[in-house]
Amino acid sequence: MAVGSDQTQDFPMPHDGPNDGHDHTEPPKDIALRVKALESLLVEKGLVDPAALDEIIDTYETKVGPQRGAKVVARAWSDPEFKARLLADATTAIVDMGYEGRQGEHMRVVENTADTHNLVVCTLCSCYPWTVLGLPPVWYKSAPYRSRAVIDPRGVLAEFGTSLSDDVNVRVWDSTSEMRYLVLPQRPAGTDGWPVEDLEKLVSRNSMIGVERARSVNQSESE
Amino acid sequence: MNGAHDIGGMQGFGPINPEPEASEPLFHADWERPVFALTLACGMLGKWNIDMSRHARERQAPADYLRNSYYETWLAGLQTLLIEANLATREELESGHVSSPALDIQAPGPQRARDILAKGGPTIMDLPMTPRFQIGDGVRVINAHPTGHTRMPRYVRGRVGTIDHFNGVHVFADASALGHREGQPQYSVRFSARELWGGDAPATDGVYLDLWEPYLEPA
Repeated sequence: MAVGSDQTQDFPMPHDGPNDGHDHTEPPKDIALRVKALESLLVEKGLVDPAALDEIIDTYETKVGPQRGAKVVARAWSDPEFKARLLADATTAIVDMGYEGRQGEHMRVVENTADTHNLVVCTLCSCYPWTVLGLPPVWYKSAPYRSRAVIDPRGVLAEFGTSLSDDVNVRVWDSTSEMRYLVLPQRPAGTDGWPVEDLEKLVSRNSMIGVERARSVNQSESE
Repeated sequence: MNGAHDIGGMQGFGPINPEPEASEPLFHADWERPVFALTLACGMLGKWNIDMSRHARERQAPADYLRNSYYETWLAGLQTLLIEANLATREELESGHVSSPALDIQAPGPQRARDILAKGGPTIMDLPMTPRFQIGDGVRVINAHPTGHTRMPRYVRGRVGTIDHFNGVHVFADASALGHREGQPQYSVRFSARELWGGDAPATDGVYLDLWEPYLEPA
């Protein structure tokens, strides 16, 4: 029997307040107050250190993010030996670049090619490779994406403006364990000889989830 | 459990409507920041593991799970965990005032928090277990409906796939959610889109899931 699996929750929950038919992005007005009260309670009980809370937020707001994944991808595009290591043992190759920690303990990198396109999802919750991409975007955690990515990946890709020809295999990776997936997008045409720092700018977060391709040279120049 | 979180293959949720990558903020309201940080910080007290944490969120009433935003669900899960781990009482969460005896707990400071985040929590276990299946073997996901936490989504139960990769022996999520650190061989299993969704699915497409050996039987 799971711990408390039949428990009913009758203490104040986020949605116990007035429900005015708001959508998911517009919570009840008092949630900010409830969170503030919870934080005060936990600090007073000595369960959390406010400085640790600041440290946690700062880590994901300023240090850990998709700029890291972009460095991994650009290096793989530039360095065949690194790419081979990355595809064979992604965890070690990525740790060797200094990217280690929570939600990146066990990494796999899957490569997009002319005939294969990879797409990453977590249908059961929100598993995502934090060490190289940071925290997931709202859409990645949303029911529409989680439900459709496995049954209609081509429709999902089309919604992101990514069209695939019928002869491209789609591989969807549903992150059901602690394995975390990073897509190695195809290197854009016209970038031969580019330095790694310029290649990094072509690597969007979305291309490393697999919903888009890496930015083209034209897209890059128009930004 | 067959909860509202197990939504792979469901229909009717509408378009994804992604925010543009360049302009999406990390947090969409100020209260989301402390919910995120409190959840991680309380997790660092070691009173529960990530599987218990997931299960606490999944156990919301289905209508609540589907209606709540992501961080509302995290808040609901944290409240459940705090009560079940006896770190706070229901009365304290309701009133916001301390009313239970002080706990002998040392909250991690910022340096310790940084170290924990940087170290992570590997689930691979060095156990002398021989995997039952080899790469290329056909496997069927068992038809089972555990009432606790499981990472065996409904859309693959009873379906036949192929072992594509051996991931090693990992902490078994179903047992871990009950507080048991038990290792089981884990595989990446490929299911053809047609096996999962029928003959209209593209013939070449496939879905890969990481599944522990107890979920699988020979096909």
